[in-house]
Formats: sequence, structure tokens, C-alpha cells
Amino acid sequence: MTRTYAAYAHPLWRRLLLSREAAVVALVIAVSMWAYGNVPYFGEQLTLTYLLLDVTPILLIALPMTLVIVTGEIDLSVASVVGLSSVLVGVLHEGGFGIPAAAAIAVVVGALCGALNGYLVAHVGLPSLAVTIGTLALYRGLAVGILGTKAVTDFPADWTQRASETVGDTGIPTVMLLFLALALGFALLLHFSAFGRGVYDIGLGSEAALFTGVKVQRTKFILFVLTGAVSALAGIFYTLRFGSARGDNAAGLELQVIAAVLLGGVSIFGGRGKLIGVIAGVLLIGVISSALRLQGITVNVINIIIGLLLVVSVVSTPVLAWVSDVAARRNRGTRPTKTPAGVGTP
Amino acid sequence: MTSISRRSAVLGVAALTAGLALTGCTKAATDSGAAGTGAATAAAKLSVVFIPKNLGNPYFDTSDAGGKKVVESLGGTYSEVGPQQASPDGQVQYINTAAQQRASALVVSANDPKAIGDALNQARKGGTKVVTFDSDTDPQYRDLFINQASPDGLAKVEVDGITKQIGDSGEIAILSASANATNQNAWIDLMKKDLAANHPNVKLVDVVYGNDDDQTSFDKTAALLQTHPNLKGIISPTTVGIAAAARYLSTSDKKGKVALTGLGTPNQMREYVKNGTVNEFYLWNPADLGGLAAYAADALVKGKITGKEGDTFTAGELGDFKVGANQTVLLGDPFAFNAGNIDQFTF
Repeated sequence: MTRTYAAYAHPLWRRLLLSREAAVVALVIAVSMWAYGNVPYFGEQLTLTYLLLDVTPILLIALPMTLVIVTGEIDLSVASVVGLSSVLVGVLHEGGFGIPAAAAIAVVVGALCGALNGYLVAHVGLPSLAVTIGTLALYRGLAVGILGTKAVTDFPADWTQRASETVGDTGIPTVMLLFLALALGFALLLHFSAFGRGVYDIGLGSEAALFTGVKVQRTKFILFVLTGAVSALAGIFYTLRFGSARGDNAAGLELQVIAAVLLGGVSIFGGRGKLIGVIAGVLLIGVISSALRLQGITVNVINIIIGLLLVVSVVSTPVLAWVSDVAARRNRGTRPTKTPAGVGTP
Repeated sequence: MTSISRRSAVLGVAALTAGLALTGCTKAATDSGAAGTGAATAAAKLSVVFIPKNLGNPYFDTSDAGGKKVVESLGGTYSEVGPQQASPDGQVQYINTAAQQRASALVVSANDPKAIGDALNQARKGGTKVVTFDSDTDPQYRDLFINQASPDGLAKVEVDGITKQIGDSGEIAILSASANATNQNAWIDLMKKDLAANHPNVKLVDVVYGNDDDQTSFDKTAALLQTHPNLKGIISPTTVGIAAAARYLSTSDKKGKVALTGLGTPNQMREYVKNGTVNEFYLWNPADLGGLAAYAADALVKGKITGKEGDTFTAGELGDFKVGANQTVLLGDPFAFNAGNIDQFTF
């Protein structure tokens, strides 16, 4: 076990305030305040509504994705599951199903998609990167195959309106309530349960976790199933928000989700990261995109800026660790305690 | 990671953020007034936002450049924003943004006839005029659609072209896309009627389908020439078909003997026009399309027209236009590309 108990050496308030997550949250607040004063129209309530609606699918999928990445795995097939679930809702609706029934079936299919990923990763033991690249193509292929190049668009207006309506006059989309409920659930699961401690243990060392009694296979399998189900949920929202079920819906969304998770401070090597940081990471990307769009900046430049931010955030951790390592050696004349593989000195 | 390294990492980031936050606060106080005045002037002036299907698409580069020229000649501000991939959700984000910026008009080529509809109507509620071009939405989501070509116009220009080239007599064939492509079949029906009524000596001997696949279209062209040795001309009303047919003809001994025309794009056809395989082919001029959309947007914004059927407006050098059924304005006759003008086009 390489869990660093030194991290618990400081009082709680200090650990909370000086954490990586706090830094991302502070960055979101800082960028928002800057945009509020400098970007025309950013201060309007509509900005909040559009921004939250735009990031909702990313927010939703980022929740289970965080847990998957904390175990050291990855799921690249999420956007394809979004597409497949969108197509299913469309086709089932055309076939006479009501939206709730169609949505329920889509979530079950999403969970099954996740179960296939989970089975191949956890039980067969294949690398998740390879498995989910495969299923990325497979699920997208199914989505496009079922609906072809056409789109289903005749969804009932009360459902499409429900997808973008707001809570009273707050400007906050109602779908945020669903997100908050899910976020609460995932936070309890990851941060306040034995299952969650197992998730971190797997990320720090799968074998060690196994020897300490963590059900590694079962944990990973469950996480992939959850990711599939939540991706399907995001697909239903996506379909209703745009009133359009298409096979190519949300293509490329997986990279935005993973970018946000990493930006939020989750280690790609596993074992480290908090949901609050991830949520802040998603919002940071949303705020930056929204502010830049309102400044009239094109999508290419926005992507460059977000890409750079991601590189800086990923690189900053080992670089700063190296700097302090050197400093500590100079001060003490000895090597500091060993760092776990992957997150330590380059 | 050690606690030391974590602490300093975090301190670094925290310091950075604190700095950003502070500059943010001070700037906010000084600049908010400027932002407010910017909004007021933007509403009074013509500002047109072009949203193509995707950025970096040569066709839309050409059409939007035509729009830019017109908007700037009218003293307005032009901007072009859009998604990287041709997806409706990407367009929605930019439509929402333009609505918030109180753009006076949006010119959109829709990636989906319905998915961007709510966003467009939201923008219209805020006073933004919406013109679609190239690819329409359902009529309830926009003020005007600028239609690049009518089925009659396209059918007629292709029949006129081929009959002129073969001396108005002999066998011709059609290389279409897929057998159930609605627009292709509508054009083919119109061509058949035109041939029967106006060209009694021209005989349409075959219609084959290349499924808009390059290799299939290539093979079908070869088969056509074998089955019909007296064939004098081919019409291919699809850009994939005409390019594949031209490629086959240019390397066969029928080059220059069998005429080929249809709907194509200059980039795909340049080589075959220059080597004499193809005399002339047709499409619309995207720059004119973008320009007309800009003139229409201006007329809507200035209240010269409301977009209802029968409204008329002047579009500079493009001439006078009348709004037809379904709030649609037709660009006009298709544009003929030939050796004389093909190098002016880069799409």
C-alpha cells in the first residue's frame, strides 16, 4: 500500500483549502468573475442556462468516468453509447413507445454496453484502452446502422421543452436536479463507502488491493456498467434537448469528458482525484468556451486554449513535484519518502 | 506523491488563481461600462453572423466570402462562426451565442432541419432575423430560405447542355446516385418530360445508378459505354457520379466523343475540363448564394421586407428578387462552369 498518510498530517481546513480541487474551483470562480466584467452579455442569466445545458452531458458522464479513471482504467466508448441511446429513443418513439418507456430501454441497453466493456476488462483481463476503442467503433456502428443517415425529430413538444426548461426564474436548467442527485450518489459511493475506498486502492495497485480483500473484478465491472447506464441517460437528455435522434449525435464527446476529468485533478494513472474537482473541471471548460464564444472567437482557437490548459494541468503536477523534491533534498540532504509509480518524479 | 510536493504544487496553483481572481475583480469594475455601450451600438447596426455547416469547408469558405463582401459593402459587421464537425449541437451553441450578442441577422446552413429550430426561434424572439441558405430548416424556424436552385432549372440546364453538345440528336443516358434518391428522381422525371417535349431526336436509352459511390459510378460508366456503343452523351446530376464518369472517359477511347455534363464542383472537375473530357457542367455559384443571403438579411433587418410571399428586394449586382412560396427566394438559373471560368473557383 502506498497511500500517503502524510497527507493527513495537516488539519482538515488546510487540506481542503490547499488541495488541487480547491485550485480548480478557484480557477472557475476567477475566470467567471473575469468574464462577468469583461465579456459582453456574459453576465446575463441566459449565459448560465445555455452554459449548463451545454455541459450537462459532460457533467453526467464525468461522474462515473471519474471512478473508472481512479481505478486506472478508461472508457472511450461513452460518446458512442450516447449516440446509440439517442438512436434507440428515436426508433422506439417512432415505433409507438412513450418517452419514459423508450428511455428506460435505452438505459438498460446502455448498461449492457457497459457490461460488455466491464466483462472484457475485469473478467477477461484485456486493457480497457483497447477494449473501449473497439466498442467505441462497435456502438457507434450500431447507432448509425440502425438509423442510417436519417434523423428522428418528431418528439412530443412537452418532452423537448422539459429538457431545456429552468427551475423557476433562476436560469438553472431543471436537468441540473437530476445531475445533483446523481452527483450526490456518486460522491457517497466514491468518498464515503467501502466500495469507494476499494476504487482508490485498485488505482494505487490492483494486486495489493486484491490481497487486502478488495473485489477488484466486481468493482471494475460495476463501474463500467454504471458508466454505460449514465452515458445512455446523457444520450436521452441530448436527444430531447435538440429534439433530434441521430446516429452521429455526440461524436467526439468522450474526449471532452476525459479532458474535464483530468483537468479536475484525477490522475490518469489512477488512485487519485475527487468528484468536486471533476465537476469544477467541466464547469471550467464550459465557462471558458462560453466566454470565448461570446467574444466572437472561433471553435478552433477555443480548442487550442482548452487543449493547452489540459496539457499545463497534467504537466504541472510532476513538474511541481520535481521542483519540491529537489528543494527538499537540498534542505534535508536526504531523499524524501518514495513516491508511488506514475505520479512522482519524471 | 509526498506531502511536501503536494503542498507546493497546490500553493503554486493557488497563487496563480488568486492572481487571476484579483486581476479579474479590478478589470470587472473598470470595463463593465464599456461592455454596456458596446451592446447598445451593436443593436443599432447591421451585424450578420454566418453559421456554415462546419468551418474549413471550401464550399462555405466561398459562400461566406460572398456574404462578407456584401455585408461590408452595406456598412455592417460580418462574422463567421461554427462547429468543426457538421453537427447540429455545435451549431446550436453558436446560434445561442449570436442571440445573446443581439446580432441583427443570422445566416445559417442547417445541419438538421429541426434540431436547431428551438435555438433559432429563441434568437428570433430576441429580434434576430434568421435566413437559411444551402440547407433549409423547417419553415417555422426561419424568416427566409435562399434556395440555390429549383428542380426545373437544374433539369433544364442539363438537358439543354447535353442536347447542344450532341447536336440535338442521338442516344443519351443518365448516371444517377441511388435508385431511391428523391431529388435525383424528381430531376430525372423533369428531364424525361423536357426531352419528350422539346428534343424528339434525342433518345434516353438508360438510367443507371452509381449510388454516389466513386467506384460503382466508375464501373457503371464503363458498362454504359459497352452496352450502348452508339451512346453520344451522359448526364450525371450528382457530383460523385460526374467526377467518376469523367475519370473513366478521360482514359478511354471515347474521350471527346461521348459528351458528359451534369452537376459537379470545380475542384473535382478542373482536370477533366482542362483535358477536354468535359465541356461544361453546372452548379450554382456559392459566392452569389452567400451574397444574396446577406442582401436578404439586410432587407429583413431594415424592415424593407418581412419575408412573406410576394415581397421584393434588390440585391445589388445580383438583381431583383421576389419571395416565393414557403418564404423561399430562388438564387436563379444554375451557373455554368467551363474552361473559361473554372480557375476563378476554389471549392
